[in-house]
Amino acid sequence: MVGAFPLDIADAIIVSLMALGLMGLALQHSPHLITNIIFPLGAIASLALAATGFWALGEPVSHTVLPLGLPGLPLHLSLDPLSAFFLILLGGASFGVSIFSAGYFKSMPGNTLGLLCLEYHLFLASMALVLLADDAYMFMVAWETMALSSYFLVTTDHHVPDIRKAGFLYLLIAHVGAIAILLSFGVMQGGHGIGAYTFAAMREAHLSAFWASVAFLLALFGFGAKAGLLPLHVWLPEAHPAAPSPVSALMSGIMLKTAIYGILRVTFDLLANSLNGQQWWWGVLALALGLITAIFGVMFAAVQGDMKRLLAYSSIENIGLLLVGIGLAIIFHVYGKNTLAALSLTATLYHSLNHAFFKSLLFVGTGSILHATGERNMGRMGGLIHQMPWVAVLMLVGVLSISGLPPFNGFVSEWLLLQAFLLSPGLPNSYINMLIPVAAGVIALAAALAAYVMVKFYGVIFLGQTRGEAREHAHDAGIPERIGLSWLALACVVLGLAPVYVVRQLDLVTQMLVGKGLGNATPGWLFLAPVDMERASYSPVFFLLAVLGVMLVTALVVHYFYHGRLLRGPAWDCGYPEQTSRMQDTAEGFGQPIRRIFEPFFRIESELPGAFDTHPRYHGRSEDRLWYALYLPVKRITEKLSSWASLLQHGRIHLYLAYTFVTLLVLLAFV
Amino acid sequence: MTMPYSIQIINLLASLLLLIAFAMLSQRRILSLINLFAWQGLVLSLSTFVVAYSTGQHHLYYSAALTLLLKVLVLPWLLHRLMRKLNVRWDVETLINIPATMLVGIGLVIFSFNLAAPISQLSESITRGLIGIALASVLLSMLMMLTRRKAIPQVVGFLAMENGLFFAATSATHGMPMVVELGIALDVLVATFIFGIFFFQIRETFDSLDISNMEKLKDD
Repeated sequence: MVGAFPLDIADAIIVSLMALGLMGLALQHSPHLITNIIFPLGAIASLALAATGFWALGEPVSHTVLPLGLPGLPLHLSLDPLSAFFLILLGGASFGVSIFSAGYFKSMPGNTLGLLCLEYHLFLASMALVLLADDAYMFMVAWETMALSSYFLVTTDHHVPDIRKAGFLYLLIAHVGAIAILLSFGVMQGGHGIGAYTFAAMREAHLSAFWASVAFLLALFGFGAKAGLLPLHVWLPEAHPAAPSPVSALMSGIMLKTAIYGILRVTFDLLANSLNGQQWWWGVLALALGLITAIFGVMFAAVQGDMKRLLAYSSIENIGLLLVGIGLAIIFHVYGKNTLAALSLTATLYHSLNHAFFKSLLFVGTGSILHATGERNMGRMGGLIHQMPWVAVLMLVGVLSISGLPPFNGFVSEWLLLQAFLLSPGLPNSYINMLIPVAAGVIALAAALAAYVMVKFYGVIFLGQTRGEAREHAHDAGIPERIGLSWLALACVVLGLAPVYVVRQLDLVTQMLVGKGLGNATPGWLFLAPVDMERASYSPVFFLLAVLGVMLVTALVVHYFYHGRLLRGPAWDCGYPEQTSRMQDTAEGFGQPIRRIFEPFFRIESELPGAFDTHPRYHGRSEDRLWYALYLPVKRITEKLSSWASLLQHGRIHLYLAYTFVTLLVLLAFV
Repeated sequence: MTMPYSIQIINLLASLLLLIAFAMLSQRRILSLINLFAWQGLVLSLSTFVVAYSTGQHHLYYSAALTLLLKVLVLPWLLHRLMRKLNVRWDVETLINIPATMLVGIGLVIFSFNLAAPISQLSESITRGLIGIALASVLLSMLMMLTRRKAIPQVVGFLAMENGLFFAATSATHGMPMVVELGIALDVLVATFIFGIFFFQIRETFDSLDISNMEKLKDD
């Protein structure tokens, strides 16, 4: 086949990633070789993968069939624009993370590092295979490999009981989700034999409206479990802090996106041809779930004291936003407004890309902080900008991006999403018309709260005075870490400054999914306009110039006109003659307003000191009500059922033989 | 209606097989149990030989020879050696007393004849009516596995069960393909070896071959 060329290269890169992992395992007696050679080579492979994806974006769809797999169902791979886009995301973000890892894992002992290297590269390769899979079997094999390799990465420090518990929770939810995905594929396959498990056959399946809805709901549940959709989010805040930071970056930045990819693949590709196509209530469901997830995530992020838990909850929020975009796209697509559907999808894809970069940046940044201070609790940090200027500046870029401030990338995608909401009136369904402005309000609230969370995150860690005793020995990140962080930060800036170019490339994906793009609305390269130049447009370059200009003018004015009149004097020192670092606002204090406002959502345990305590202690925990209301009952039921089942188990061979004997007799007699 | 001699001989051998199965069920001593197992193997081998002679299928001669070699000579020898090494000559303890076991066994024979009746009607071969016997001996061997407390009788029960299956295969369908037979023969041999190794392990762990000790392995 002529067009199979980019796909062949992608296959070769995936194989070489696996080979790198095995080499890492073989080299476990010389750990410096692993960090100095294997990880940089893996980073180059990732970059090549991104380049291949970029190349394949404009190429015709290519397919290949591997001579492996089940009898009657060999492994199918294909590379279409949707896969290509996610390959770019995967390769681009993992390049930075791999370079960072080369420095980050230097101090790790050899045998742990060898295993970690294997799992790490296997994880990358399996994520790429998930994106390329073109039949359900290949997809599930890659999906499970991804889940298992990431489980082993999460439990790298498996001698800590809490980490083992977090890993188990992750594995459990991942498998519940995988079962739902498998069932969804089973429904779409429609009982036409093993050959019908290819995606090509599923596209032609023409399910009835009922079965298409069943398949959609199962897929939403299954992929939602991986993405951290609301009732299934509990593993995220446990697994992300447990994993080493580069692994958290890959999981949060990239692996969650494979779930978004899965939802898009099922909804807009595999089910698109079914009898009635999509249903409008699918979109409403996705929209509502997304909104709840977003608000929930950002609220819990606001009250966290652990920096990695905070970022994990922020990932939940961003997944919610992505799902809102998908839901909106489904609604528009059902009502035939394909340009608007393309706009929502563009916003979703753009935000996926952005989130991959800035969340990876922030997670690996927390890794540097963790290495420097040995501390995850933000309440014991502060003033780190003095010790770690590189990390502080680069993470500032990430923080500004995730807060959705122009001219960085987070703003562009959130702006596009809000534009999609604002353009929505005119749908033929009046309920949806009423729902959508409310949804837009919730999105704006989530975005604002996210900025609040990030002010807390950055301010408590980097600004102010040092809390705690031994933070003076904190050191800045090494050279590979700086390169990795800089790459991710650079990507955030470029994605923020060149939205017109990015949107043109995304058109190729939306063309495939809904048959429309946004390219025609934007005339030049300077201004981005979602639908029409008349309605709304945005130019990050002008914005940046304006901001810089205002800052320059302010600095000049302050310098020339104000400095001369500035007086310095201690005197009463504004009432703070003896300020200590303990007088600063803490992480907990910063989150307090949110905790008060949204009190019904939390399950708060706090212990306040009495008036006469000689050693006053304050202790507060905000917990997830859903854990108590949903997960613990499920756990109790499971335990009860399994205790009934264990009545069968006596450990006596005769009894087991008797079971066999009785079963045999019954079967002989009745069958 | 007169039947050819070959069929009469096969019927005779089949009833011997069933009789030996009952004898094994009632036998208290391990040494006699192993000897009975060897006799059962001999009967099986003879019946296979007769089937081969009467139907003219040459590969059944090979199976007969294989059965003779494996089930009459090698396996009993292995079990004898195992018994000597483990020094277990004492009487077999049963969970249910032997008369009760025999009664259950009679019930099983009736059950399997009843069950085999419709299949036998369909069967065109010279050996119709034997399926019930084969099924009964399989079930009786399984009953023996169920009711014995020590490990070696259980293994003998397992092997005897395989004898019953083999009898069903040769008598009802003129034997399985040679490959399958060879595979099963090899499986039985390997299983015996593995059981032997396990016996040593079990004895080392519990100082006894009484498998009721293994209840301790249960997860609480």
